[in-house]
Amino acid sequence: MRRTLPIFGVLAVLLVAIAVANPYFLELPGFLAFVKRAAPLAILAAGQYFVIVSGEFDLSVGSLVTAEVVIAARLIDGDPGATWPVIALLLVLGALIGLVNGAVTTLLRVPSFITTLGMMLILAGAVFLWTGGAPRGALTEEFRTFGRGGLGPVPWSVLILLAVVTAVVLLMRADFGRTLVATGDNPGAAALSGVRVPRAKTIAFVLSGLSAAVCAILLGGFAGVSAQVGQGLEFQAITAVVLGGVVLGGGRGSVVAAIAGAFTLEALFTLLNLYGISGALESAVQGVILIAAIALGSLTLPAWAARARTTNATTHTTPDPTHAKG
Amino acid sequence: MTQELRTPVPKTPTWRGLRDVGADSPARPVYLSLLALTVFAWILFLTDGGQFFSQVNTVGILQRSAALGIVAVGQTLVILAGSLDLSVAFLISLVSLVAAETMADYGVLPAIGAVLAVSALVGLVNGLVITRLKVHAFIATLGISLIIKGVLDHRYDGPAGSVPESFQRLGYDRIGPVPVSALLWAAIAFAAWFLLRRTPLGYRIYAVGGDPEVARLSGVRTDRVVVAAHVLCALCAGMAGLLLAARLGAGAPTVGSDGGYDLESIAAVVLGGTALAGGRGGVAGTVGGVLLLAVLDSVFNQLEINSFAKDVVRGLVLVAALAIYARRRLAR
Repeated sequence: MRRTLPIFGVLAVLLVAIAVANPYFLELPGFLAFVKRAAPLAILAAGQYFVIVSGEFDLSVGSLVTAEVVIAARLIDGDPGATWPVIALLLVLGALIGLVNGAVTTLLRVPSFITTLGMMLILAGAVFLWTGGAPRGALTEEFRTFGRGGLGPVPWSVLILLAVVTAVVLLMRADFGRTLVATGDNPGAAALSGVRVPRAKTIAFVLSGLSAAVCAILLGGFAGVSAQVGQGLEFQAITAVVLGGVVLGGGRGSVVAAIAGAFTLEALFTLLNLYGISGALESAVQGVILIAAIALGSLTLPAWAARARTTNATTHTTPDPTHAKG
Repeated sequence: MTQELRTPVPKTPTWRGLRDVGADSPARPVYLSLLALTVFAWILFLTDGGQFFSQVNTVGILQRSAALGIVAVGQTLVILAGSLDLSVAFLISLVSLVAAETMADYGVLPAIGAVLAVSALVGLVNGLVITRLKVHAFIATLGISLIIKGVLDHRYDGPAGSVPESFQRLGYDRIGPVPVSALLWAAIAFAAWFLLRRTPLGYRIYAVGGDPEVARLSGVRTDRVVVAAHVLCALCAGMAGLLLAARLGAGAPTVGSDGGYDLESIAAVVLGGTALAGGRGGVAGTVGGVLLLAVLDSVFNQLEINSFAKDVVRGLVLVAALAIYARRRLAR
């Protein structure tokens, strides 16, 4: 639990800073607009969390998002009747790509960094080979509703995000979650205690692929069709997860903190925009924050501070067994 | 990897160089594949009415792969040490600009000095962030590359500076049939091979990549080794940047990222049989990996295949090669 606390502190500070610069942020529509903007990355980060906590990487999600948006535009091509079948197809495709990633990583024992790097090249190449270099077709209003529209005042993407968060939290509390964390922590020990490690890791990749599909549906609606829609998203998702205190290499960290990491990243972008820092320096600030946050999280505290912290923890809070890992 | 620790000094140095093509070497499959692909390319060119081993084609292959080859040699060192460098692409862009702008004002030698200083500094920062601040190499070098990207985006809109004629010759000149850039690549690869196989630092790089804890307990100052590997990797990226600046005649803020040197160099290294987890592999395999990618490109060009299909095949080759290596390791 201790590891997940800093990210909520940082997020709170950033949100306050945004509110100071832009009071509209405190009103419901302003805040919901922010959540709506953050939703695609948050969902993608949740998917990436499963893969990272199981000790792997998924670099393919960025091109997968691009591929899904381009495929959706080409297949729907402005025909409202095609909306729902295509959405179903996108979800199946996302899961299928995840399944292939997982199977190649676990059965063929290719390092996931290389598996998903290869998948990234294959997807990017294949989609543009198919469309002839530039995305064609158009999305329907029904499709774009998920990214743009809302149920009354609440945007659909916020509702979808809430559903995803509920689902992943329940999933991490169920047997699967414990199995997955154990797998990432020590695959050998997990296997000896009866965990089917390849199966757990493959499911993690499938979940990541599914999250990329959902992210693509939201982004397609929100941002429209382009060949750059998913560019760099894989690194942003990994950044968000790691910002949330989840350890690369697996076995440590909570999914809620990973989602909070995505919100922190989005809050940071919003704040930089508000204070008029140009898009050019945005990535530099992102880099500094990334390194600083991880460095602060991993530095060992001086002995006296650590002691004070443990006494505080034991006197004021009862240890929560479900979060003992995080 | 434990073997390197137990026998840090080879007993029979005379045949040790041959080990790189020996039966148990991780570099062997890549050279066998390279041979097979070359024969295939040769036949393909013959049936197409071309000549694979024509001077134009072989020189072209060498020239195109020199920059990636130099970066990949550096990447080999960090990967062997159990680390990884994602910042090389933006470092190359930065360095090409530093080179072109310094050359325009102060001349060639100060520019080379500035380039080496800048890249050594970036490598040092990478290494220190990883070892002192204990940030995972993936995140540390990703963060550094974001910082460099921000600086580049902020300061440059397009190509800047200019490279004098005399220095542009590095990019295109040939000594006999061999391009100078390929000679530079060969020299750097040989230096790295010598470092890894003949010097204490080389053995320590293998030891740290194999098992940092065991290396530390055996008295290796692991932090220094990782920092040194990162500095050397950044220096290699710096030299690739110089080469690209010479070829373009100017510095360009996107030359590194457009070339995809970060992920592609890692791909070439693992294609050469070096384990991504570190401690196993070598420079010879990496050179083979780069050449394999280059011959593959040449085949694509001959077949006039769409550039998007190249990405698909590259991805498949990468995954298939790694699957085969994993199989071989299991079988042993």
